[in-house]
Amino acid sequence: MKERVAGRDSQSSADQVADNGLLHRRALVSKGLAVAGLVGAGLGPNSTGAAAEQLVEPPWGLQVGEDTPPYQTPSKFAKNIVRSLANPKFEPRSSLSRTPHHLLEGTRTPNGLHFTINHTGIPQIDPGQHRFLIHGLVKRPLIFTVDALLRYPMISRAAFVECGGNSAPLFSPTPIQADVQALHGLSSCAEWTGVPLPLLLEECGIDPRAKWFIAEGADGPHLMRSVPLAKGLDDAMIALYQNGEPLMPGNGFPMRLLLPGYEGNMNVKFLRRIKLVTGPAMSFWESQVYTEPMPRGKSYNFDFLNEVKSFITRPSPGRDLKQPGFYEISGIAYSGKGKITKVMVSADGGKSWGEAGLQEPVPSKAFTRFRMPWRWDGRPVILQSRAWDDHGSFQPTRAEFVAARGQLDTAPSVLAFKNHHCNVITSWAVDGHGKVTHAYA
Amino acid sequence: MGLYVAVGMPVCVCGRRQSRKSHLGVPVRPADVARWDIEILADGTGLPPGEGTAAQGAPIYAAKCSVCHGDNGRGTAIWRSGAPAPPALVTDQKLKGMDASRASIANYWPYAPPLFDYIRRAMPWTEPRSLTDHEVYALTAYILAEGKVIDGGQVINAHTLPKVVMPNRDGFLPRFPELMPR
Repeated sequence: MKERVAGRDSQSSADQVADNGLLHRRALVSKGLAVAGLVGAGLGPNSTGAAAEQLVEPPWGLQVGEDTPPYQTPSKFAKNIVRSLANPKFEPRSSLSRTPHHLLEGTRTPNGLHFTINHTGIPQIDPGQHRFLIHGLVKRPLIFTVDALLRYPMISRAAFVECGGNSAPLFSPTPIQADVQALHGLSSCAEWTGVPLPLLLEECGIDPRAKWFIAEGADGPHLMRSVPLAKGLDDAMIALYQNGEPLMPGNGFPMRLLLPGYEGNMNVKFLRRIKLVTGPAMSFWESQVYTEPMPRGKSYNFDFLNEVKSFITRPSPGRDLKQPGFYEISGIAYSGKGKITKVMVSADGGKSWGEAGLQEPVPSKAFTRFRMPWRWDGRPVILQSRAWDDHGSFQPTRAEFVAARGQLDTAPSVLAFKNHHCNVITSWAVDGHGKVTHAYA
Repeated sequence: MGLYVAVGMPVCVCGRRQSRKSHLGVPVRPADVARWDIEILADGTGLPPGEGTAAQGAPIYAAKCSVCHGDNGRGTAIWRSGAPAPPALVTDQKLKGMDASRASIANYWPYAPPLFDYIRRAMPWTEPRSLTDHEVYALTAYILAEGKVIDGGQVINAHTLPKVVMPNRDGFLPRFPELMPR
């Protein structure tokens, strides 16, 4: 594997860091070099080949615009940027909505586009009647109202939430033709604000026999998960706000447990009860759903962490290339263990790699945007990204992942969860016409 | 963050020490929370009085469960399509490879008491928490008997359910042993 960060060779233009046109990230971030780099990359004057056009005053500049709504919604020209629904007729089963990563940028998922999974519909909870109970192995069992929690000192932090079943279509033995929304849309990132859980646990007084706590929701299934108490005393939060406004109903209004980096289902929504206990409950979610049968032998359980992952959002299926020339490759990386330290990008199916630029600041357990300048010469290529975190973990190649975790015998439904916790490298094939499809490499 | 660090620590205001602890929780007695205190642990802790058999569970299942989970727990057409769906509770499939859709209660779950827990807290889908504890015991017995984990005549209650030996009891490894409480 070739790995060049700043190198060049006689066959490639200045600033090329890996084969098939991957350019040094300074082509974007360094002003002085940008001119030379981008002209070479085909982004100089007339780079698109378009003829000069005579500018006119468009109609919206000749009239009064529309009235201002109390709560603004996206432009009518951006109405296609919506979540995809897995249960649109609301049949008696779980309802899933997926984030359209290929149509978004930056690192925060807009609240209306945050993925949701609700198993018995979305409860309509009156915050004035909601109660949050902490009991079990504590000195003082206590009830908190929403009003009371709003008086506590709060913290804000960015955190991704990812379903343990996100990316499950990549367990297929052949690449399922779907977009990044269908493949990786059960992961989103927000700034969460709320009360640190340690503060409330200390107020209750922790019995030293407590090793776990169960967290339970107020929704129909009264969803319950078992969490190691150490996580509750580390960075857990009772989240009340999502990107500055109260939690969305589908994301747990009026309050949810936030366990940064941990499997989405453990971040119990509509939180109404925490009970400190000596051992795990082995609930339905721990006994069956979020477990992973292995190719041989036993199954994994207690798969708490969402491990390091990345995927390219532009280009990606549905974001085809119109013509050769300069493009920015853009994508998302994150790790449930901590910060992203490096994302490498390949345009030749993993033979050579160049290091992408990371959008600062790089937060822990939250989305990090990576970017890579690229000059596409019009020939077929395979784009990949591979992320590393500050715990030394990195994404497995397809061969490595299949050797460790196996793959299915036949392609499943793109909506199926035949196994969980997949963080394999994602590959996009770009053909000679610029069409982008899902590939394995 | 600075504010959070300061929480609970005595701070000096005008020469006097003043607590900034924000103790706003309201104390409760165990009797006040009984209706919510419903979790059953893996060892059966929390199982209530009551009992039931598979024969008692069969008509309850047919009336309240089969519409989603299929006749005798064998699943529905939606489930067989491979899309997310109410799971089949009973299958004749054996676990094989990494395909989790072959897992069922009988061939997979490590403990039996969580079955009572889940039925009581979440089912039926349209009317969660509407079943009596007797009905939940009867449905638990019915599903375990259909899966051939127990004899059809066995009475299931707080005493017998924790003793049911699930065939896949030792089939799991924690994915992150270093994160498991000791």
